[in-house]
Amino acid sequence: MKFSDQFEARFAEMLTHYPTKRSALVPTLLYAQDEVGHLSDEVIAEIASRVDLTELEVRNVISYYSMLTTKPRGKYNVQVCTNIACLLRGGEELLEHCKGRLGIGNKGTTQDGMFSLEEVECIGACSWAPAVQVNYAFHENLTTEKMDKVLDAYNEEGNAVGKWLTWSPIPMK
Amino acid sequence: MADVNITVDGKKVAAPAGTLLIEACKSAGIEVPSFCYYPNLSLQGACRMCLVKVEKMPKLQTACTTVISEGMAVSTDTPEIHQARKSMVEMLLGNHPLDCPVCDAGGECELQDMTFAYGAAESKFIDIKNHREEQQWSPVVYFDRPRCILCYRCVRVCGEGMDVWALGVQNRGVSSVIAPNKEDHLECEECGMCIDICPVGALTSGAYRYKTRPWEMRHVGTTCTHCADGCKTTLGVRRSDTGMEIVRGDNRDKSGINGDFLCMKGRYAFDFANHEDRLTQPLIRKDGRLTPSTWEEAFELIGRRFKEIRDSAGGQAIGVVGSTRTTNEENYLLQKFARVALGTNNIDHHRTADFPALAAALRGKPEATASMRDVFKAPAMLLIGNNPTEQHPLLAWQIRNNVRLHKARLYVINSEPVKLRRQAVNFIQIPVGSEGNVARFLSGDDSAAGSISNPTATRDAWVALRDKLRGEQNLVIIFGSEIRGEDIASLVKFGSAVPSAKFVCLSDYANSRGAADMGLYPDLLPGYHPMSDAGKWRDEWGGVPQTPGLTLPQMVESAKAGNLKAFYVVGANPVGRLGIDAFSFSQRFVVVQDMFLTETALIADVVLPAANAYEKSGTVTNTCGDVQFLQKAGEITGAKSDFEMTVRIADAMGFDVSKLVPFSRGTHSDMGQSRGAQSGEVDRHGVWLEAQGLEPKMSPFDPTAILDEIQRLVPGYGVSRANLLAGNDQHTTLSGSGAGVQHDPALIAPANDTLFTSGTLGRYSRALNSVMENRQKQPAEEVAAD
Repeated sequence: MKFSDQFEARFAEMLTHYPTKRSALVPTLLYAQDEVGHLSDEVIAEIASRVDLTELEVRNVISYYSMLTTKPRGKYNVQVCTNIACLLRGGEELLEHCKGRLGIGNKGTTQDGMFSLEEVECIGACSWAPAVQVNYAFHENLTTEKMDKVLDAYNEEGNAVGKWLTWSPIPMK
Repeated sequence: MADVNITVDGKKVAAPAGTLLIEACKSAGIEVPSFCYYPNLSLQGACRMCLVKVEKMPKLQTACTTVISEGMAVSTDTPEIHQARKSMVEMLLGNHPLDCPVCDAGGECELQDMTFAYGAAESKFIDIKNHREEQQWSPVVYFDRPRCILCYRCVRVCGEGMDVWALGVQNRGVSSVIAPNKEDHLECEECGMCIDICPVGALTSGAYRYKTRPWEMRHVGTTCTHCADGCKTTLGVRRSDTGMEIVRGDNRDKSGINGDFLCMKGRYAFDFANHEDRLTQPLIRKDGRLTPSTWEEAFELIGRRFKEIRDSAGGQAIGVVGSTRTTNEENYLLQKFARVALGTNNIDHHRTADFPALAAALRGKPEATASMRDVFKAPAMLLIGNNPTEQHPLLAWQIRNNVRLHKARLYVINSEPVKLRRQAVNFIQIPVGSEGNVARFLSGDDSAAGSISNPTATRDAWVALRDKLRGEQNLVIIFGSEIRGEDIASLVKFGSAVPSAKFVCLSDYANSRGAADMGLYPDLLPGYHPMSDAGKWRDEWGGVPQTPGLTLPQMVESAKAGNLKAFYVVGANPVGRLGIDAFSFSQRFVVVQDMFLTETALIADVVLPAANAYEKSGTVTNTCGDVQFLQKAGEITGAKSDFEMTVRIADAMGFDVSKLVPFSRGTHSDMGQSRGAQSGEVDRHGVWLEAQGLEPKMSPFDPTAILDEIQRLVPGYGVSRANLLAGNDQHTTLSGSGAGVQHDPALIAPANDTLFTSGTLGRYSRALNSVMENRQKQPAEEVAAD
């Protein structure tokens, strides 16, 4: 299958960082997921052959990491932390609010494919709890009102750039 | 390197540097429990059962990942350790079901043993157990997820040991689960190693599950009867309506040449023995139909007709075909019967390798053959032809693990990209049929290089390979039946230039080597002695026909011409396997001894129901020349051993059977062959006598009487009887063999069996057939190596 030139450049560079090809697996999976949206059977087969692993081994790794997914997600993956600091500052209410506002449950995706919702463990933003991570961006010190604004902004952005445009949320160095 | 000295529980222990603490403890007789640690697999450190206290280390250490160092002081049994292990068991039991009363592993489960030892009967966990339904992953592999304790043994043995990589672990933490490579099913070699190595009942065998309990079976260690590698297999038998039924095959006794290994056939394909198509009474052709009859009538008829034909038309009017699956004693007896009682050298068998050429080439060269154990230890191996992964699964296991564990160098030359190329330092693909040219080139004949060179393997590359091989030491040279006749002499010439090189010649059936060694050839006596060198045998037997007899194809021609009047086939199916014309024998008297109504049995005048290798005792010789003992395991009413049948035919001919089987008077019984279901049980008074080969042989049906003669007369077979009886493999050599004879290479017909076929036996094995059907639905593909 075909990836973008940017992906290919990153992949080629990454291979030079490790003594064996298989070591490049996790970053490669992340880049591929960012580009395709999820790790489809086709992506898994392609990456397995590139790093000399079986498809089973690649699936084993994907299943280990919660940030990797084999199922399509919405364009914006809303990850609400409910660990201790966020919990004390209203993380659970935030999660319930998102469920109501988006009309989906935990790990669900909105019908228009815009948002996915996920309850996650600590994202390391305890000092600014409650915190939410949307794709790679952090939103901190949230209330339900602020959360609505965040979601509105993403909705607007998503509609503006067109639903099916590929996007690359990791800034290049 | 000097040993490292440590103290374990106050005991001084010395072990080589680099030894793991758990192994050092074991060598001192101190057991450290573990689930995830398994010798010769990579370290996992997952179960934490092997925690021990090492002085000056702050916390308990895992003995399976700790390498010993000088002066280490270790305690393995303190209240602290006991409590730690007890907690581990409690955690493991947290999600383990209480289905021990129905679990296959109940009674031989390591988790049961540990719970018994550490007593974690009470649990602080109140969470609901995470139940999942049992899954069938292949016709022979089932997975019961809640029983799994995540030791990862199955994952490692499948990947590292088998190079199949069909099992993995998905998710993490408490939701971790063993997963097959095709989401809901397995695509693999179906070896069942994962089931054998599972410490609990999570992976269970389709052939055995829910059939019986381990303590209800008798466990008989014997030799597998499928391919020519001779794995030791433990058969679990239990009484049934028709005798003793084999319900399980595994290798719980790891002392055999196969160590931990057993393939699909050894583990599941014993079921041909229980097939309902087994013949259980003699059949005699009456009015054109094979009709059930009595043994007496059958033997009387055969004896009378054989005698008539011998007396009227001479021994050359009778042809005999022996078996590649019967015991050495039966093969030896059969050729002796042919030569002495029938008076003919017309005896042959289904040849799958050119052993006479190898014997001729290795004559006078001691230590020139490798045992199956040597293949695991050799620093370098050369494999020409054959595909051991399919045809010699144990050999492939030995090669693979020698490379993995001992860093041995493997050189593979093959016409196909065989799977073992993945372990090879050098793989060269050659045109089909040019293996002989490789042998000639290696022996120094540079003119043979042309036909095997190509752009990827140039003449220079071949020369470099030859130089490299010549520089190896203790090289084991393994070759398939593609190399025959004079090419074997070339290969031996090459090997003689390599210091301490040893050879393995690959044949296809369980006792192909034994059939050759025992002289199932028209022109060779036992031990590859040509007819011109019959002195010893003439003295012993009181006469041997002088002229070489007919090969199997010549017998067919002779039958067509009307000269061959009787055809005696023991445990072979030349009509079905070698495609001989059944009509050639339509007017001839044909006697067949077999388990099933094969294509050959269908044309017979008399069919005698035979016992198989799992139903008798005796010896067999694997393709390397390792001779091993068969213990009688199963029994089916109505079948007799080929040994007994041949003796009774001789008796019915009026032949003095004591001239055939050197049995004598005595007060002691035989080794058990004729003692029904009790056979094989230890007769303590006879153990020593048996071990020395001195016990009186009361019965003409006692194969050890013939074994005495074999050990006395056949070069290489003078091995320790005590070791044989103890179930140990004994290597025979060819250096003292007769001169051998050059045979037409076309007489060799490879079986080309795969992992899932096994000649006639395979046709009657439901386990093998179910796997074949499953694979036709889902063809397998090779996976990436790790």
